[in-house]
Amino acid sequence: MSDGPRFAPGATVRVKDDWPERRGPCHIRTPHYIRGRTGTVVRPLGAFANPEDLAFARPAPKRTLYHVLFPQEPIWHEGRAGDTVMVEVFEHWLEEA
Amino acid sequence: MAAPPRPDSIALLDRLMAALEAKGIATEAEVAARQAITDRASPETGARMVAKAWTDPAYRALLLSDGKAAAEEMGVSMAGAPPLGVLENTPARHHLVVCTLCSCYPRAVLGYPPNWYKSFAYRSRAVREPRAVLAEWGLNLADNVELRVVDSTADYRWMVLPMRPAGTEGWDEARLASLVTRDAMIGVAVPVA
Amino acid sequence: MSEETPIPAIHDLGGAARFRCTPVEHDEVPPDAFGKKVDALRQILAQKGLMTVDELRRGIESIPEAEYFALGYYERWLRSIAGLMVEKGMVAKDVLE
Repeated sequence: MSDGPRFAPGATVRVKDDWPERRGPCHIRTPHYIRGRTGTVVRPLGAFANPEDLAFARPAPKRTLYHVLFPQEPIWHEGRAGDTVMVEVFEHWLEEA
Repeated sequence: MAAPPRPDSIALLDRLMAALEAKGIATEAEVAARQAITDRASPETGARMVAKAWTDPAYRALLLSDGKAAAEEMGVSMAGAPPLGVLENTPARHHLVVCTLCSCYPRAVLGYPPNWYKSFAYRSRAVREPRAVLAEWGLNLADNVELRVVDSTADYRWMVLPMRPAGTEGWDEARLASLVTRDAMIGVAVPVA
Repeated sequence: MSEETPIPAIHDLGGAARFRCTPVEHDEVPPDAFGKKVDALRQILAQKGLMTVDELRRGIESIPEAEYFALGYYERWLRSIAGLMVEKGMVAKDVLE
């Protein structure tokens, strides 16, 4: 595991368009509505044990958690332009965009 | 209104407690003591933190950078508590907190979450149509304000630091705290003098 | 990989269509005695290292859909806690009957 956060504030990132729910029992804290979406890293929030593993009492490596900001309009195609949603997302769900 | 528990849920709780107690895993007394402590947490704590932040720039900076330390300064033990994140409202940005996946809530400084915060309607609609949800509370934000919904999906618990309302010049902290509602610290309301 | 839109897990409720037209009921009733007790029990078990909040959530998320939406909030918690205690061998399976 590399030292320090992989993504800096301001980085443009995409949430992986992955659906572990289709592969078997899991516990995922990445909401469906941001999967595959592009957002901006606001800041890293620290490193925390992976809840996906904690939920099954498996060894849970620490992963960097980020606050990532998304514009609302591309997600829902409704609402006021300029409104946003900010979500805590773990590093392993993010890739450079 | 939330329905009362079904008889079989009550019976399940009784059976579970009996089994835990028989095995020395947890006792009724321990649970009752923990409930008493939990009952004492209240939004008054959050309100005092907000009022202090409004009057003390150093505390405001602490609150925004280290919510747990700021709560500890108010006499709240945050040992073992999750990190507390504080979202600063500005004239250009209003925050609304939701947990779409369950009901994560800054209980240490706000007490029990209200039933509506845990409801399916709030969890689903707050992130998708936040302005309509706020309108149900009578709050209509100007078009030039960014409404930033914050979905609590991981380790942090989030509260809003609302803006200090006009007409409160010279008020002491206690008087200011009386303006800060739990709803304003979630984001469905703003403090009004 | 199919092209169909993945269906979110039942608890992954952000933007869920089924609640689009449901007003948020401003229910301010505090938790009842049952709820407060379940809440305190969860905290005690977590303090003792016997379960985590992640496991609690995973247990809730595995409640079948019809029951998930029919049970009250703390009833879902209790279902999860009881199931976890049996899963971990802390209490016998007959607790669930």
